[in-house]
Amino acid sequence: MDTTQITDAPPPAPHIPAPEQKRAARGATRPGDRIFLGLSRGSGILLLVIMAAIAGFLTYRASIAISKDEADFFTTFEWNTQLIPPKFGIAVLVFGTIVSSIIAMVIAVPIAVAIALFLTHYAPRRLSGPISYVIDLLAAVPSIVYGLWGALILVPHMNGLYGWLNDYLGWTGIFSWQGGAPRSMLTVGILLAIMILPIITNVSREVFRQVPQMHEEAALALGATRWEVIRMAVIPFGRSGVISASMLGLGRALGETMAVATVLSPTFDIQASLLDPGGGTFAQNIASKFGEASELGRDALIASGLVLFVITLLVNGAARMIIARRKEYSGANA
Amino acid sequence: MSTAIAEKRPSTLRGASLPKWAPYAIAAGSVALGLGISAAAGLNSSIQWALMAGVLFVLGTYVIAARVEGRRQAKDRVATALVWVAFLLAVVPLVSLVWSTVSRGVKVLDFYFLTHSMGLISDSEPGGGIYHAILGSLEQVALATLIAAPIGVLTAIYLVEYGRGNLAKAVTFFVDVMTGIPSIVAGLFILSIMLMFDMQPFGFAGSLALAILMMPVVVRSTEEMLKLVPNELREASLALGIPKWRTILKVVLPTSIGGITTGIMLAIARIAGETAPVLLLVWGNSIINANPFEGAQQSLPLYIYQQYANSAGAGAAYDRAWAASLTLIAFVMILNLVARGIARWKAPKTGR
Repeated sequence: MDTTQITDAPPPAPHIPAPEQKRAARGATRPGDRIFLGLSRGSGILLLVIMAAIAGFLTYRASIAISKDEADFFTTFEWNTQLIPPKFGIAVLVFGTIVSSIIAMVIAVPIAVAIALFLTHYAPRRLSGPISYVIDLLAAVPSIVYGLWGALILVPHMNGLYGWLNDYLGWTGIFSWQGGAPRSMLTVGILLAIMILPIITNVSREVFRQVPQMHEEAALALGATRWEVIRMAVIPFGRSGVISASMLGLGRALGETMAVATVLSPTFDIQASLLDPGGGTFAQNIASKFGEASELGRDALIASGLVLFVITLLVNGAARMIIARRKEYSGANA
Repeated sequence: MSTAIAEKRPSTLRGASLPKWAPYAIAAGSVALGLGISAAAGLNSSIQWALMAGVLFVLGTYVIAARVEGRRQAKDRVATALVWVAFLLAVVPLVSLVWSTVSRGVKVLDFYFLTHSMGLISDSEPGGGIYHAILGSLEQVALATLIAAPIGVLTAIYLVEYGRGNLAKAVTFFVDVMTGIPSIVAGLFILSIMLMFDMQPFGFAGSLALAILMMPVVVRSTEEMLKLVPNELREASLALGIPKWRTILKVVLPTSIGGITTGIMLAIARIAGETAPVLLLVWGNSIINANPFEGAQQSLPLYIYQQYANSAGAGAAYDRAWAASLTLIAFVMILNLVARGIARWKAPKTGR
C-alpha cells in the first residue's frame, strides 16, 4: 500500500513524475489525509454497525424469548411471563398502538396542515414569524412534561367531553363510557396529537413555503379566491410533503413512551370502547412492565420492542422515500 | 379627490361583499351563543362551549357569506374561519401546558430545591429536591455528547467532503432511519447488551443510549451546515497546496462552526428530555451518586416520572414533579434560545 513513502517528506515533491502526481492529488495519500479520511469514513461505518447491532441484538434476545413462549407471539391476548409455561403475545399492544396512533393522526394532521396554511398564507406577517418560532420551541418540550400535563391537567378536563360523547354517540359502542377515569385510548390519542402537532406543522410549513409564487399568482390572476388558490396551487404541490410530515409524526406517535405511560391506565385486554380505560401500547408496556420483569420477562419485552423497531423503520423508511421522490421532480423551486 | 369618492362607492364589478368587521362580529356572536347554550343546558366544561362556539362560527360564516357574497366567496370565508379555528384550537393546549408548568412549578422551586436530594425524604412527604437528578442528567448528557458529537460531525464531514458511491448512500439512508428510532428501542438495545454481560444499571449505559439517539440529529444538522460553506473557500485553500484534511479543519469547520454548535446544542436539548432509555438503564436513585460508571443514578426526566408514578397522588410529589418539569423546560429552552442565537450570530456569509 505504501508505495509513495512520503511520510517523512512533507513538502510537495515537484520531482514526482506527472502521472504519479496526478494520482497523489486525487487519492488521499498524505498521512494526514489518510488518517482523516479513515476517521470520518470509520464514523460513517460505525453508524451502520450500530444500526446492524441494534437489529442483531434485539433479534437475538427476542428469539430466546419467543422460543420459550408457549403461546403464539403475534396473536395471544395475555402477557404472563411468570407462568410455567410462560404465555405472552403482542396482539393487545398492536391494537393499542395502532388505535392510539390513528386517533392522534386523525386529529393532528388536519389541524397541523391548517396551522401551516395559517402561517404561510393567512396570518399577518408580523404574527407568523414569532408563532413559527414558538412552534419550533414547542417541538423541543420533553415528552415527559407532556405526559405530566396530560395526566394532571388534560385527564380531569376530559370528563365533560367523555360524558357528552357518551350521551350523543354512546350508541355506536365506540364512544360508550362506563364512567371510569378518562385514562383511555381517546385521551392518549388526543395527547399524542398535541405532541406531534409541532413537528407536522413545521415540516408542512416548510413545504408550503416552497410553493412557486408564480403558481399562486397565476391562480389569483384567473380570479380564484384564496381558498381556491390553496386548493389548486398549494395543496397539490405540497401533498407529498404533507404525507411525509405526517409519517414522521406517526413514527413519533408509535414510539412515544412516557406520555402514554403516565396517562393510560393499562390493562392487558382490548376495550371495544375508546373511552373505557384499558389496552396498552408497545412502548408503554415496556416502560411499565420493566420494573418487576424477570430475565425472561425482559427478553419478552425486548421481543415486543423489536416489533416496534420494525414498524417504525417501515414507517420512517416510507416517509423518507416519499421525500426523496419528491426531491427528484420538484424542479419548480428554481 | 374624485378617486377617493369613487372608492367609497360599491364597485359594480366586484359584487356585494361583507364589511370588514363581519368575521369579528360573527365570532363574538358565536362565542356568546355558545356560552348561552352551555349555561342554559347546564354544561360546565370549557371544552364543550369552545367546541360549540367554533362550530357556530364556521356555520354562521358560511350562511351569512353565502347569502350576501355567493357560494365561492362563502367557501373561501369558511376556509379562513376553519384555519383560524384550527390555530386557536391548537394554541389552547400548548398555552395551557406552558402556563400550568410555570404556575405550578414555581411553588417549590427555590435554592433549597435545587441543592438537595431526596435521600432523607420519602416520595409522599414535602421537602427534598432535585440536586441528584440535575447532577445525573448533566453527567449522562455530557458523556453522551462526548461520544455522539465527534462521531456525528465526522460522519457529516465524510458525507459532505468525501462521500460518494454506495457507502455514502447507505450511511445517508440509515442516518435518516436512525432519526426515527423510538427512544425506548435504543434503551432496549443497550439493555440487551447489559443482559448479556449481566451488568447492573449505571449512568454511562444511559449515556450510550442517549448517544445513539443524538448521533443522527448531529449528522443531519452538521451536514446542512457544511453544505452551506461556499466551494470557493475550499478551492482557494486547495489551490494554495494545503492538504484536504487541513482545508477541512482550518477552513471548512471554522466557517460553519456556528451552525454545527447550534445543531449539537439542539441535539443536547432533545436528549436531555429523554426518559425511556434512562428508565431502563439508569434505574433512578433517591440519593446523590456522582459516579456515572457505577450504581444507579437519577436524571431530571426520570425524576419527574417517578415523582408522578411512585407517589400515589401525594400533593408534595406532584409539586416537585412540576418544579422539576419547569427546571427541565427552562434548561431545554435556554439551550434552544442560545443555540438559535449562535446560529444567527455566526451564520456563514454566503455572499448573497
